[in-house]
Amino acid sequence: MSGRWAPGPRWGVLLALLLALGELPRARGVEEEPGGAHGEAQGFQVVTFEWHHVQDPYIIALWILVASLAKIGFHLSHKVTSVVPESALLIVLGLVLGGIVLAADHIASFSLTPTVFFFYLLPPIVLDAGYFMPNRLFFGNLGTILLYAVIGTVWNAATTGLSLYGVFLSGLMGDLNIGLLDFLLFGSLIAAVDPVAVLAVFEEVHVNEVLFIIVFGESLLNDAVTVVLYNVFESFVTLGGDKVTGVDCVKGIVSFFVVSLGGTLVGIVFAFLLSLVTRFTKHVRIIEPGFVFVLSYLSYLTSEMLSLSAILAITFCGICCQKYVKANISEQSATTVRYTMKMLASGAETIIFMFLGISAVDPLIWKWNTAFVLLTLLFISVYRAIGVVLQTWILNRYRMVQLEIIDQVVMSYGGLRGAVAYALVVLLDENKVKEKNLFVSTTIIVIFFTVIFQGLTIKPLVQWLKVKRSEQRDPKLNEKLHGRAFDHILSAIEDISGQIGHNYLRDKWSNFDRKFLSKILMRRSAQKSRDRILNVFHELNLKDAISYVAEGERRGSLAFIRSPSTDNMVNVDFSTPRPSTVEASVSYLLRENVSAVRLDMQSLEQRRQSIRDAEDMITHHTLQQYLYKPRQEYKHLYSRHGLTADEDEKQDTEIFHRTMRKRLESFKSAKLGINPHKKAAKLLKRERAQKRRNSSIPNGKLPMVSSLQDFTIKEKDLELSDTEEAPNYDDEMSGGIEFLANIGQDTATDSPSGIDNPAFSLEESPGILSGVPPWLCPGEAVVPSQRARLQIPHSPGNFHRLAPFRLSGKSVDSFLLADGPEEQPHAAPPESTHM
Amino acid sequence: MGSRASTLLRDEELEEIKKETGFSHSQITRLYSRFTSLDKGENGTLSREDFQRIPELAINPLGDRIINAFFPEGEDQVNFRGFMRTLAHFRPIEDNEKSKDVNGPEPLNSRSNKLHFAFRLYDLDKDDKISRDELLQGKAQLLPVEDRGGRLGQCKVLRMMVGVNISDEQLGSIADRTIQEADQDGDSAISFTEFVKVLEKVDVEQKMSIRFLH
Repeated sequence: MSGRWAPGPRWGVLLALLLALGELPRARGVEEEPGGAHGEAQGFQVVTFEWHHVQDPYIIALWILVASLAKIGFHLSHKVTSVVPESALLIVLGLVLGGIVLAADHIASFSLTPTVFFFYLLPPIVLDAGYFMPNRLFFGNLGTILLYAVIGTVWNAATTGLSLYGVFLSGLMGDLNIGLLDFLLFGSLIAAVDPVAVLAVFEEVHVNEVLFIIVFGESLLNDAVTVVLYNVFESFVTLGGDKVTGVDCVKGIVSFFVVSLGGTLVGIVFAFLLSLVTRFTKHVRIIEPGFVFVLSYLSYLTSEMLSLSAILAITFCGICCQKYVKANISEQSATTVRYTMKMLASGAETIIFMFLGISAVDPLIWKWNTAFVLLTLLFISVYRAIGVVLQTWILNRYRMVQLEIIDQVVMSYGGLRGAVAYALVVLLDENKVKEKNLFVSTTIIVIFFTVIFQGLTIKPLVQWLKVKRSEQRDPKLNEKLHGRAFDHILSAIEDISGQIGHNYLRDKWSNFDRKFLSKILMRRSAQKSRDRILNVFHELNLKDAISYVAEGERRGSLAFIRSPSTDNMVNVDFSTPRPSTVEASVSYLLRENVSAVRLDMQSLEQRRQSIRDAEDMITHHTLQQYLYKPRQEYKHLYSRHGLTADEDEKQDTEIFHRTMRKRLESFKSAKLGINPHKKAAKLLKRERAQKRRNSSIPNGKLPMVSSLQDFTIKEKDLELSDTEEAPNYDDEMSGGIEFLANIGQDTATDSPSGIDNPAFSLEESPGILSGVPPWLCPGEAVVPSQRARLQIPHSPGNFHRLAPFRLSGKSVDSFLLADGPEEQPHAAPPESTHM
Repeated sequence: MGSRASTLLRDEELEEIKKETGFSHSQITRLYSRFTSLDKGENGTLSREDFQRIPELAINPLGDRIINAFFPEGEDQVNFRGFMRTLAHFRPIEDNEKSKDVNGPEPLNSRSNKLHFAFRLYDLDKDDKISRDELLQGKAQLLPVEDRGGRLGQCKVLRMMVGVNISDEQLGSIADRTIQEADQDGDSAISFTEFVKVLEKVDVEQKMSIRFLH
């Protein structure tokens, strides 16, 4: 065993730990010479203390823990966090911690190193920004963003550097070993608005989306400018001022285009790869989320390797891949990606700000020059304001949405500097830049000033100026739908008036995307269900289901769903407000109950997710929530509910009946016609009569289908074709939608007027049902019952699937038992049904 | 081309259009040259066929309905004045327009006019209601045969906008849900008032405007 720890003491210890016993006597043995352990053998030691062995990762983990705990601490007091931005609190905390460390160690042991920052802390934040970038908004304002990012940053760098140099020449700063190029170098690194700081502060301010995207987009895209300016001036400083030639300047300009466009291109290439890879991860769902992180990180590293703009690369990787990746990966993976990304970004941000604070507590880096520091602060604020006003003046001539004065104020004021500047200034070579420490100190002051002071005051400022805020509100189907219509209208008007504008380009792009990109990069199954309108529709339905259940919980049970007295139609009638059902109708609840059930789409997702994880908990609570589970596993809805059915047989089966009745009615004739059990039908009739809902309906007359034979064959056809066309994934994804769609359909067809008109329905049905298997088409086989026709079961496969399940769920369901033998033969392999 | 166009456009006509639509002089001349280039019959009016020659419109789901919106009731031709009147709906609302003459005639590019333009695209039978079938069905069922020109009959508004991969039931339920969401008086149709109401949070002024080139 001792032979194995030849490689070195450290590895030896590692092995020792792993191989255990022989080395155990060696407590704290890393520094001791190998073998010494055996010398002082005191027999067998049960526990050893191996600090050095774990030191580095341990400290890292501890810092992360401290930062995270601090975050918890801040949020204990809502008052504090609502006034002071978290970033500012973290910096202060960092200062305190740094002070403690300094007091204990007498040297500043910890600081934010550029390597750690650029390689580990920055990428997650930028990736998060890119991956969740509101693309439409971003590209709609791309021109504006680019102008601010490029011209604005150059302007800031040049004016700040030159003005400082001017003041320096006047002698106000005293004697400094500094030249024009050093000032320009400093200007270039202090000029750039920092994405991390901007994000941290603006996320809490909630200014309107246009304003946010402009400031934030600028902070992301100015990276290329910063990198180039920084590199150019650094090499100029190295060369020495007198040796810089015009050629070098031209090279600098060329390198700007190479760096920015190259970085973007790298990002796009990796986004393409990433989308393509996720298209084929169907069988390795577990590692699916990993690809997103690994490939985008690789895009960052690749462009860093090629000395291109890494931030641009990873930003564009996120921006370009989001659509396809989100469509390709499973819902669980999407949630995993979202939460992991948010967690990493938020963690990185926390650590960055804390370490900015800690890094500042180091007596070695401080060199104070009042004039320099104050003038820097003054110049960056003033020149940013001037730059913003000038550029906005130009932009407003071309923008449709004008940037008002108050927007400009916020934009100027929101020019926060952050860790990028700090990391860049730390990277400077002390031998070349003689006054590095002055630059470092000033940068820290500038960062602290902008993050703490401006961060603190921007919220009151925004309130005081009455800047248009963004509002979180529930999506509306109408808004989405008509929004889409507006897009089409605008692009048509641009076509007619013969000009090429945003809408024209967007239209062209979306056509191109639909025709080529999506075909290559998206799973076939994903291509269909990704429509935005459909998504909103789907989300709204889910939400209805949730609030519906929440209402049930509020009342203490789901009894009201079942109880015929309240309103029997609630179960299917999800949101038509009608006088008699106002009390229970979901849309009413939605309006009434908004605060209680208010959910943004993310928490909705989250909630749905947690539901899925809690699958095994068959508590009353979960049972209720399973109402909206069906999107993934339709069958559980029923089996779960089946389990609850143990009190009053008749009562309990009623939910099931009601749902089934809808499905059954149109094609039940096939079964009921042959089925000896008229009981179910009678029951249905009775129920319906009793509830007197639709008096216009010709009293539950049963529709007739020609023959069972016919029915069965077609049923099989359907299942066959479904198996072919619907892979698992498709199943998962579209199932819920259709189920919910069915509900919607049921709902609507129940609405009191207009649709029940038979004449119209006759006309309409071929059109509406054209894409449906023939047996579903009521026109031919199914005769009279108006309601039956309108409430066609959209997937008989499902129905069949339910039956055995229901039985296995031990539910005592007379109805089903009766139908059981009929159903079983059709019970298709459950995974392959079309819902 | 611009100069040729402006010579063909009489000055007083230009002034009137300017007054009515709020377009600038240069915008009007530019659009006039566009108008004449669309006008293949060279008779000073555009027909439906002239519009349908624009290739992008052919693939626009709402293309035909938008073309129709250019034509006054029952007419097959639109002159430059009418052309401009329709386009004027999409002029952005400028700052100085927000306050001026409350009592005067409502400018064509007001919020309500913009919304009304969109509403009319849905409301095919002109009963001031969007019904379920108007969302779902094409014109085939709703217009008399002789009114249909070319491809008009195929356009199913919702189907075209949502995408071809969605089943008809889903489409139907989306239509239902859309109507439900907006419907307040329970008539299973969206009236213009309801339409305005449901879009009240939407920045229509911005989403229904384009920047016309000068």
